Amino acid sequence: MAKKQSVWLWVSAISTYLFLYLPLVIVVVFSFNDSKLNAEWVGFTFKWYDQLFHNDKMLTAAGHSLMIAVAASLLSTFFGTLAGVAMHKYKLRILPFLVLTPIAIPELLTGVSLVIFFVMVNQVLGILELGLFTILLSHVAFCIGFVAIVVKARMQGMDDSLVEAARDLGATPFQAFRLVTLPVIRPGIIAGALMAFTLSIDDFVITFFTAGAGASTLPLEIYSMIKIAVTPEVNAVSSLLMLLTLVLIVIASRVSPNSLRADN
Amino acid sequence: MKLQNRLGKYLLSWPPLVYLVLFFLIPTCIMFVAAFRFPGDYGGLAPMYYIEEGRVVWDLTLENFQRIVEEPIYLELFLKSAGYAGLTTLVCILMAYPLAWLIARSQKKHRDLMLLLVILPFWSNFLIRIYAWMIILGPQSAFTKAVNWVWTGMGFEPLQLLFTPFAVIVGMVYVHLPFMVLPLYANLEKHDMSLLAAAQDLGANAWQRFWKITWPLSLPGIFAGSALVFIPALGMFAIPDILGGTDSIMIGNLIKQQILDTRDWPFGAVLSIMLTAGVLGIAALGSLVARGGVKRG
Repeated sequence: MAKKQSVWLWVSAISTYLFLYLPLVIVVVFSFNDSKLNAEWVGFTFKWYDQLFHNDKMLTAAGHSLMIAVAASLLSTFFGTLAGVAMHKYKLRILPFLVLTPIAIPELLTGVSLVIFFVMVNQVLGILELGLFTILLSHVAFCIGFVAIVVKARMQGMDDSLVEAARDLGATPFQAFRLVTLPVIRPGIIAGALMAFTLSIDDFVITFFTAGAGASTLPLEIYSMIKIAVTPEVNAVSSLLMLLTLVLIVIASRVSPNSLRADN
Repeated sequence: MKLQNRLGKYLLSWPPLVYLVLFFLIPTCIMFVAAFRFPGDYGGLAPMYYIEEGRVVWDLTLENFQRIVEEPIYLELFLKSAGYAGLTTLVCILMAYPLAWLIARSQKKHRDLMLLLVILPFWSNFLIRIYAWMIILGPQSAFTKAVNWVWTGMGFEPLQLLFTPFAVIVGMVYVHLPFMVLPLYANLEKHDMSLLAAAQDLGANAWQRFWKITWPLSLPGIFAGSALVFIPALGMFAIPDILGGTDSIMIGNLIKQQILDTRDWPFGAVLSIMLTAGVLGIAALGSLVARGGVKRG
């Protein structure tokens, strides 16, 4: 009886895993396929990767994405770490709300409100014209929350008496923070930074709204390729992005094994 | 000491607070006010007030809200989006439950890997995951050909899979499935197995044990997962945009069109407010039910 049940469980679980992974495998496989159609296997080739590395628009977009992701990751890690520590140490009301709401609501709403905001500020003050910089500001706004959550989780696992001991031994609050708290929560900070980097480099919806006419990022470029003319070049760039994400996840799991766990 | 403590509190909480007030709270407020303004002559927003004989005259309106009430097409689109999001949630529950159960009952050393395998696809680019389904559901794909071979064999006209509501639901389930598995796992993992053993000893069959014990105990996990799936699904615009046809657009597509293409910002803001209200309603309902569940449990 119990045997039969668990066979069914395994069958359904394995088909769910297949459902999750087959599409991605197909994308990667067809990136090496010597045919313009993503339909059947013709032969092995690297030509889509070659084309990709000669596609100036794509390379520029990738450069933009990388720059924005590095900057967004640094800035949101700074703000997010402060927020995470503050949320753990003090009973705050407004900050947790402001940190968590952008994560909870559909991205579309954040995109809509930010584009209206940027255009209005631009009309009134003449600054913040839609472009790479507004994309960066928007990415930081939604990445702060993710960093704060990871850092706060790390703080909760920390022994508070460490800081008290440092203070008893004459450390100023700032010294105690820099010499005790910071090293303890460093894995959380690094994991948060990597998370922010991935979220930023992958973001499509908010970028789509706040980019304006001229600026392009990798996801925006992929989107226009998907919408206009699908070629296996999209598969090639997708496979490379997956590889990048995988490398980042491996780094994150080395630095902070617990940060990837589901309960965080 | 006390002063230092307070100083630390401000130093820590003010920088992120100021940033988020500037780039989240204020933009959100501006969006709300925009719903009451007139559209500008060339798109965007008309001035909020003008000065007549030295006095400020506010130029605000409720017209944008009237449009929603008067033209049923917008409410219908909203209901349709809720239907799509609801169906997505339902399919996610059906797919996630056996998997979450299996992970929760596996040996501890395997659980982390099994969970990681659920989360991993989530970390690959969102567009790539949707694009993968463009390939699979496209007219040339082996999957579509196989489906149509069976379908025409049964004497029906060949089916189109891509650019249909079906494709939209598949894409939304694919993207949101991890958000259902994780909370469900977190819940199922905590269940007391001796309850099931006791029920079995008392003669309950497998179905009774599931329906009378496991299912009611897992409801908080179901509700948490449903909120995590339903809310982003309701505001989705990229998936119907890429996988859907003209008949499968959602409220998000209309908002995107109003803000970026037609540039009727006040109406786009009204639709966004409706979406926000829907999301908040669902979230409030979720926390209410969850609290009730805790009380009973």
